[in-house]
Amino acid sequence: MLKLFIRRVALTVPTFVALMFVTFVAVRLVPGDPIEARTGERGIAPERLAALRHDLGLDQPVWKQFLDYVNGLAHGDFGVSIVTKTPVLHEFATLFPATLELSICALLFAVILGIPAGVIAAVKRGGIIDHSVMTVALAGYSMPIFWWGLLLIMFMSEYLGLTPVSGRMDLINYYFEPVTGFMLIDSLLSGQEGAFGAAVAHLILPSIVLGTIPLAVIARMTRSSMLEVLSEDYVRTARAKGLSPLRVVGLHALRNALIPVVTVIGLQTGTLLAGAVLTETIFAWPGVGKWLIESISRRDYPALQGGIMLISGVVILVNLIVDVLYVAINPRIRHGG
Amino acid sequence: MPVFNAKVALAAAMLTVLAAPAYAAKTLVYCSEGSPENFTPALNTTGTSFDAARPVYNQLVEFERGTTKVVPALAESWTVSDDGKEITFKLRKGVKFHSGVNGFTPTREFNADDVLFSFNRQWKEDNPYHKVTGGAYDYFNDMGMPDLLKSIDKVDDYTVKFTLNEPNAPMLANLAMDFGTIMSAEYADYLLKKGTPEQYDQIPVGTGPFQFVAYQKDAVIRYKAFPDYFGGKAALDNLVYAITPDATARYAKLKKGECHVMMAPNPADIQAMKADSTINLLSQPGLNIAYLALNNEKPPFDKKEVRQAFNMAIDKAAIIKDVYQGAGQAAINPIPPTIWSYNTSIKDYPYDPEKAKAMLKDAGVSDPLEIDLWWMPVQRPYNPNAKRIAEMMQSDLAKVGINAKLVSYEWGEYRKRMQEGEHTTGQLGWTGDNGDPDNFFFLLGCPAARKGGQNLAKWCNKDFDALINKARTISDIDERTKLYEQAQVIFKEEAPWFTIAHSVVYEPTRTEVVDYKVSPFGRHEFYGVDLK
Repeated sequence: MLKLFIRRVALTVPTFVALMFVTFVAVRLVPGDPIEARTGERGIAPERLAALRHDLGLDQPVWKQFLDYVNGLAHGDFGVSIVTKTPVLHEFATLFPATLELSICALLFAVILGIPAGVIAAVKRGGIIDHSVMTVALAGYSMPIFWWGLLLIMFMSEYLGLTPVSGRMDLINYYFEPVTGFMLIDSLLSGQEGAFGAAVAHLILPSIVLGTIPLAVIARMTRSSMLEVLSEDYVRTARAKGLSPLRVVGLHALRNALIPVVTVIGLQTGTLLAGAVLTETIFAWPGVGKWLIESISRRDYPALQGGIMLISGVVILVNLIVDVLYVAINPRIRHGG
Repeated sequence: MPVFNAKVALAAAMLTVLAAPAYAAKTLVYCSEGSPENFTPALNTTGTSFDAARPVYNQLVEFERGTTKVVPALAESWTVSDDGKEITFKLRKGVKFHSGVNGFTPTREFNADDVLFSFNRQWKEDNPYHKVTGGAYDYFNDMGMPDLLKSIDKVDDYTVKFTLNEPNAPMLANLAMDFGTIMSAEYADYLLKKGTPEQYDQIPVGTGPFQFVAYQKDAVIRYKAFPDYFGGKAALDNLVYAITPDATARYAKLKKGECHVMMAPNPADIQAMKADSTINLLSQPGLNIAYLALNNEKPPFDKKEVRQAFNMAIDKAAIIKDVYQGAGQAAINPIPPTIWSYNTSIKDYPYDPEKAKAMLKDAGVSDPLEIDLWWMPVQRPYNPNAKRIAEMMQSDLAKVGINAKLVSYEWGEYRKRMQEGEHTTGQLGWTGDNGDPDNFFFLLGCPAARKGGQNLAKWCNKDFDALINKARTISDIDERTKLYEQAQVIFKEEAPWFTIAHSVVYEPTRTEVVDYKVSPFGRHEFYGVDLK
């Protein structure tokens, strides 16, 4: 177990180095220049352009910039945003709670609906329910996030008037300072009546939109894994013993069927964070996804680099945890590890 | 447990929708499109950042809301010396700075020191704040202030004298721009002593109608009315900017009453907004122009007749109808009709492909003529779809024997290459900054025709240049108007541009919003606005 853990951790080091290099180069391959992007349409004199570029160190050879960057990272310095002049790490830290809160809610939504849907589809294999679940899952998986989000806003917010359109809070009626950065907690801490409800209401639509793809994946995975387990001998034995179908499926089969599902849930972290970029933009959700989009349009190299590194770091970390967790709940892996 | 949570959530959601608490305070929510870079206009170049700083600050002189007219603000009056080189401002007395923001309590009222500090920060390298927050003062430099200013002196606490190296008529309009914002010298000292000068640009303290409360990046900016504002307390108690980047979401929020004013609607939504009884769709011709520059340095565009023929070969009305869809009007002159000195007697070239063909033949242009036609890769307020315009032009031009190849680059690259003069013809445009005609005419002046300059037609006409140079040094508006009208005659005759359109700016507001005015500069201003 320990050996496996160390090996996995060791593997992440070269991954990070490669990531560092690729993001650094890729960010610079994006056409456009941060100075030009910043000064908008105004034509500025070539001398001033050169001076600005010098101030930002962009006149240095690329390899030198890279070494400086690596050196900074080694000291925990992710650079300073060209646009806002604040440290990238600080910006990330203030925005990440919003993304985390949304991602957790989206994942909860996906798990709570996805696992039962998969189980039912497996049990009723080949029937109408099975076909409907799989069709809906496929539709959910292939739905463009942007379109799905706008569709929900139109129907749920505008037509039915059930949910707020966007943002994290009702700005007209409530005001409080962020404490933890998690709106659900901060709204409770504020002590303002109704604030928590408003925070929950604002979370519903973006969570559904962001959770749709993971929901589809989890449902499909649960179904196929469940089908496999249901054909195992011990399930047949349990049935033969005369246990109720609910106990057979719920107690015996599900426990084992969920093992691969855990891995899939872990893999969905990447999907969630990638989806957050679009979801946050549609719902004006002030998280890292929206921040990245803005950094791209402003060619804010340090913010872009740092943001991608930090988000990738989170994905790698979560996958590492899932790997270890997987071994912990599935004893069969241990011998091979 | 999770199922229980979901139930609670749904119930709570219903409750908030049904029973939003009643508040007596008047809170106006403005759905803006992006986060400000900081709150110091002198450091910024984007409208988003200017809009965010505007509630907090004042300038010496300001544009009357909804117009391009310059009116007194922190300066009560001013006098210009006979040679036009000295402008003396009498400052308003009894103007208070915001109190309690970031732990700062002002000990004195606004005076000449604040004016000096605000300009010296941008101008003088030895100002302690010159390098703070990156220290790039693009507007101050690009407006040519370092060359124009000889000195700024404090005559007494309430008198400031600007001395110029040469007379400059647009100077007052320039000072009304956002880079002319007056900030607190005392607050600057306070933060310097605390060792946190960078907070100066993040937590603003000003003299404006609204006091800064809080800013959460990408989410919300909050202001509250400043009770001691010299113009009288604002009718609104709270002002909130809800940062909402997606135009469709902004519109949805407006419809639901989650915001009261939104910026930049989707052109596709305009019809629906007109039909919506809860929405007031305000509109005004924008202070802008979209044009196709014909590169005079590249034959055959060095010939006037060719440029004129080009102007007759393209169906402008079709472009306005198809691309602007009612949100634009055909441009005739190089300046929009909302600006003073617009020459109403100028006639546009008619759409006449036959005559264009004949003129090209007379000019000795070999048939077919191969040119490239550059289109901008981005949407701008003055040009919603450059590619579509280019395609329409391409098909019109083909009819008179001109083969246009469509070319585009990434936006920064596009502008750079065009300023270098690599194109034969190319689309671009301009949005006015200060309501002075010079702010448009310089785009056609000889100095800007240099490689890298902003005269994209690379057209240098001595007569035209002499007129606009002379106009710049005169302060009498009537005299300047005459000169600019003559310049427009030369422009139309010489036809260095195919003028495309002036877009119409739309601003949807909810019907309960009272006295909101659309700014010709595309600004968003909330002092003087009320809620029913």
